[in-house]
This record gives sequence, structure tokens and C-alpha cells, in this order.
Amino acid sequence: QKAETEMSAVRLNRAGDTAFAKVEKVSSELFSLTYGAVVMQVIKDYEEVDATNAQLEKMGYNIGVRLVDEFLAKAQVSACQSFQDTAEVIAKVGFKMFLGVNAEVVKTTGDEFTLQLSDNPLAEFVELPEQYAKLEYSGMLCGVLRGALEMVQMRVTCTLVRDVLWGDDVTEIRVVLQEMLNEEYHDDED
Amino acid sequence: RLLFMASGNYMFVIVGEDDTPIYEVEFLNTQRREDTSHLNQFIIHAALDMVDELVWGTHSMYLKCVDKFNDFNISAFVTAGHIKLMLLHDVRNDDGIRNFFNDVYELFVRVLMNPFYRPNAPITSTFDARVKLLGRKYF
Repeated sequence: QKAETEMSAVRLNRAGDTAFAKVEKVSSELFSLTYGAVVMQVIKDYEEVDATNAQLEKMGYNIGVRLVDEFLAKAQVSACQSFQDTAEVIAKVGFKMFLGVNAEVVKTTGDEFTLQLSDNPLAEFVELPEQYAKLEYSGMLCGVLRGALEMVQMRVTCTLVRDVLWGDDVTEIRVVLQEMLNEEYHDDED
Repeated sequence: RLLFMASGNYMFVIVGEDDTPIYEVEFLNTQRREDTSHLNQFIIHAALDMVDELVWGTHSMYLKCVDKFNDFNISAFVTAGHIKLMLLHDVRNDDGIRNFFNDVYELFVRVLMNPFYRPNAPITSTFDARVKLLGRKYF
């Protein structure tokens, strides 16, 4: 069974590299600076840290519901058999394709997993000033995951639990499955 | 009696576009006379006019020595955005100073890239600790 998971890890890595090669690239510094400008504007508009965090997550959600179609179109991955498969696909293919970085899946249980990023292009050059010590600077990523997974019938909560901007060694997002959604089919006869 | 590799006193100031200081640090290797702090700031401020003139005469950001006052030299390094890195020093140390300016400039550019940093605002954050390390390294 170990050989199987090792092989599929190889396969996923290759799928990630292939997908990354297919997509258009942009300068990572431009990307970081643009994201920084977005965060600054949201802070200015919402003033408080909690409201800013909520808004960044919401913006991420709006991105995620659209992003997942692009992902499914460009990434050659088969249907996931389990929530853990989903975790690996997100980490090895999704993050690679859209952010150009590899993420690790750690701390998995049946309905939960943690994505660990050693490298976060969103937060390049950023140092949080004291009054924003509780800001979830990369909270948009949580929203993206939530939105994307909702489109494939999974309702999840995503939380930024560790962040290098907070002084931690790595950045981590915890994803918890709340419920599987059933697509509603409306019968024309009714 | 010449002192080779003399450890002198240095005062480093970053001056913003409106001629106000946005960062300041001192590297003292000898006993300091009590009255020098305000005098140093005045000397640096007086040198700004020389910097404004000299900056147009060269392509280089490093302007070397722009002014002298008694025992003190003032060296300057002006960024593309006209932020002036000013160094007041009482010993010659061309290589050390040039390297110091270049390294501080790199750190400064990182500060500018931080979306939370407002241009011409005072610089807080880890910049201070890193500049002090550079001072200990080169001075």
C-alpha cells in the first residue's frame, strides 16, 4: 500500500508540474505587491482587523468558486476517492498550478487536514506592524479553498492557524470538512 | 602617529524627501563628547544642500564624501527616489562605508516593498537590528 501512495504522490507532483507549465505566468514581485495593495485597501475600507479578515476571506471565496473550473479544466487529475485525496490534490497540484509553490499535507484525520506552506508568495516583503498583529494577511487563501471546495460539493471551514508573519516557522491552513453537499436535482414533472 | 584601521565614530541618518530624518543610528567606538548629538544632526542637515547639487554630477548612487566639518566627513548615498543615506564619520574607511551603504540600501528597498510602509514615514521593524549588525560588521 505504501508503494501505491508513493506512486500516486509522484503522479500528483507530475500533474502539478504539468499544470504549472500550462498556465500563464506573471512576475511574482508584481503579484506580491498587487496583493499587498489589495490588503492595504481593505484595511483602509474596513478599519478593524476582524472586519478586514472577514472581507479578505470573502474575496477569496469569490475567487475560489471561479478558480475551481480553471483547475479542473487544466489539471489532469481523476476524481478523488477520499477527503485525503482531495488534500493531496490541492497541495500538490492546486497550489503548484496557481501559486507555483509546493504545499505539504500534514496532521490528517478522517475529516480534517492541514496544508503547510514553507513559501508564501502573497506575503513576500511583508512585516506586520504591531496594530495589525492579528491580521490574517493570507486569509484570502482560506476563502479560495472554501469557495473551490463548495463547488465540488464539500462544505468546509478553512482557518489560517500559523503564519510566518506571526513569527511561526511555517504558514498553515487547517481545512475541516463540515458536510458533503448533495446536488439538488429538480424534476421537471413536479 | 597614524591609526591604521581606526575604529571611529559614525552617525547614520536616512533623510526623506522633505528633508526630515526617517531613521537614525549611532555607532560609537570612542568616548563621545556630550555636546555632539545635536551638532551631528545640524552638520548632516547642512550637508544636504551639497548632496542636492552633487547628485546631478554622477550616475552613481554613492557620492562618497560630500562635505567636511572640522574632524568630521559626511558621506552620502542617494537612492533613485532621492532618499538620502547620510553618514557622519571621523575616520576614513572608504571600503567599509561603500559596503555599508550598499547593504543598507538593499535592506531599505525591502522596507519600501512592505505594503504597510508609508513612504517617508519613520522606519521601525527589524530594519534597525539589521542595520546595527551591518554597522558592527563594517565599522
